Amino acid sequence: MRSRLRRAAREWLPAALVFVAGIAIWEGAVRGFGIENFLLPAPWDIIGTLVDDWGELSSAAFFTFREALAGFVIGCSAGFLVAAAIARFRLLRTAIMPYAIAAGAIPIIAFAPITNNWFGVTGMSSKIAIAAILCFFPMLVNTMKGLTSVPASSIELMRSYAASELTIFRRVRVPTSLPYVFAGLKVGTVLAMIGAIVGDYFGGSPGALGVEIRRWVGIFAFDQAWAGIVLASALGIVFYGSVAVAERLAMGWHPSVRGARPE
Amino acid sequence: MSEQAVVSLRNVTKSFGAGGVTELQSIDLDVRPGEFVSLIGPSGCGKSTLLRVVGDLVEPSSGEVIVNGKSARQARRDRDYGIVFQDAVLYDWRTVEKNIALPLELLGWDKGRQTERVRELLELVELQGFGSHRPWQLSGGMQQRVSIARALSFAPALLLMDEPFGALDEMTRERLNSELLRIWQASGSTVIFVTHSISEAVFLSTRTVVMSRRPGRIAAIVDVDLAQPRNADTREEPRFFELVTEVRDRLREGGLDEESTAPGEGELVVSEETP
Repeated sequence: MRSRLRRAAREWLPAALVFVAGIAIWEGAVRGFGIENFLLPAPWDIIGTLVDDWGELSSAAFFTFREALAGFVIGCSAGFLVAAAIARFRLLRTAIMPYAIAAGAIPIIAFAPITNNWFGVTGMSSKIAIAAILCFFPMLVNTMKGLTSVPASSIELMRSYAASELTIFRRVRVPTSLPYVFAGLKVGTVLAMIGAIVGDYFGGSPGALGVEIRRWVGIFAFDQAWAGIVLASALGIVFYGSVAVAERLAMGWHPSVRGARPE
Repeated sequence: MSEQAVVSLRNVTKSFGAGGVTELQSIDLDVRPGEFVSLIGPSGCGKSTLLRVVGDLVEPSSGEVIVNGKSARQARRDRDYGIVFQDAVLYDWRTVEKNIALPLELLGWDKGRQTERVRELLELVELQGFGSHRPWQLSGGMQQRVSIARALSFAPALLLMDEPFGALDEMTRERLNSELLRIWQASGSTVIFVTHSISEAVFLSTRTVVMSRRPGRIAAIVDVDLAQPRNADTREEPRFFELVTEVRDRLREGGLDEESTAPGEGELVVSEETP
């Protein structure tokens, strides 16, 4: 138990030290060089604002997080389902995949002002839409790759047992694709947060984080704006981290998770 | 004779594409119950394809395939055979036990019966104590034993093996050869075994089917009349060497390139086939 603690300390200590040092250098530089508040506030001021305005900040952050989460769930589910359909039918695959891959290069964020026209400026739905579209394509491409990267012999084995396509999908394709699916989900968490906040920038309900950050910058409340950014980052990290934890739980069997030597 | 044959192939031909490459040409073969038949031939002679035709994993272009007195398709649907590939094809997300039990799950056996059967099989392939391991924690030879246990789990009358020991080192291969013979005699099943190794074919089989270079045809059938049960001493018998020589000669007549026949000590690996 003690040695485990020590090993964990050895694992985490360097990163923790870099974090503390980074904050200290930041604080020192702002104070030492007298950097203007609108360029970069000191960390201590940001922390102070986080504490003082916690109610307003946290409700704004959670509002936008809910947008991101809803977009994530919708976009990733749709990506998975379409990938499953495409993986099953070769004709669909050849018809759709080139566009799905090409769509990865489209700066979908540019559509944010337009989704406002489609789904309304003040509601959550236009931000959910942009987050969902952002999540959709990476999820589709990753899942697709996972579902079709099953070794031929794995499929032949199941066919030798006269297993149905559905059984093969459930028992072989899905487990094989999990590392790819989780890669898609992890990318999705980041994109969903970006989509929701940037969506807010183009107009949204009062009380949404992106709207508030813009407003604070407009009235020179840079401490608040930075506190909002810090909170959005923290939520993004927690979001990503929860998917990473889910991955470890779902794939405890996988050599990469167990840290075993790859074959 | 074909009434009692486990596998009966009549004029089986397989070609790819319209007017494309002919991989198998006019194959006629009967495999009787309890036989151990090896298919040997140069790379690309279609021996693995022939095995898959028997298992209804590849459809022949023409000809008739009868397995257990019914069509190959029906035999597959009835789960009449177990198959072992060159790779063990174990699922990493399942433990060793769960991998062995996979066919039993698909057949709807109840849990208690599954557990009992898996215990027997782990004993048969000498992997007691490894049931809850993950496949990647085992060596290549152990993985292949798990794969054999899985193929035997539902006691199929027919076992199809596609170069199961091809990726293993010589020592492991010889040990697993002896183990396989012991299992074959205990289970009384019929085996069709694809291999590149002449000594392996002779050591294991009751008959060795020598195939010719593409298009794959049966060039010769060598009856292996070595006494049963066979063991390490069998490999030292003069008759063993005579048979190895005979199979090698038949392979040469089948149009094998001279450069790929570098005879070693009673051992000839024809060539590595890309999986």
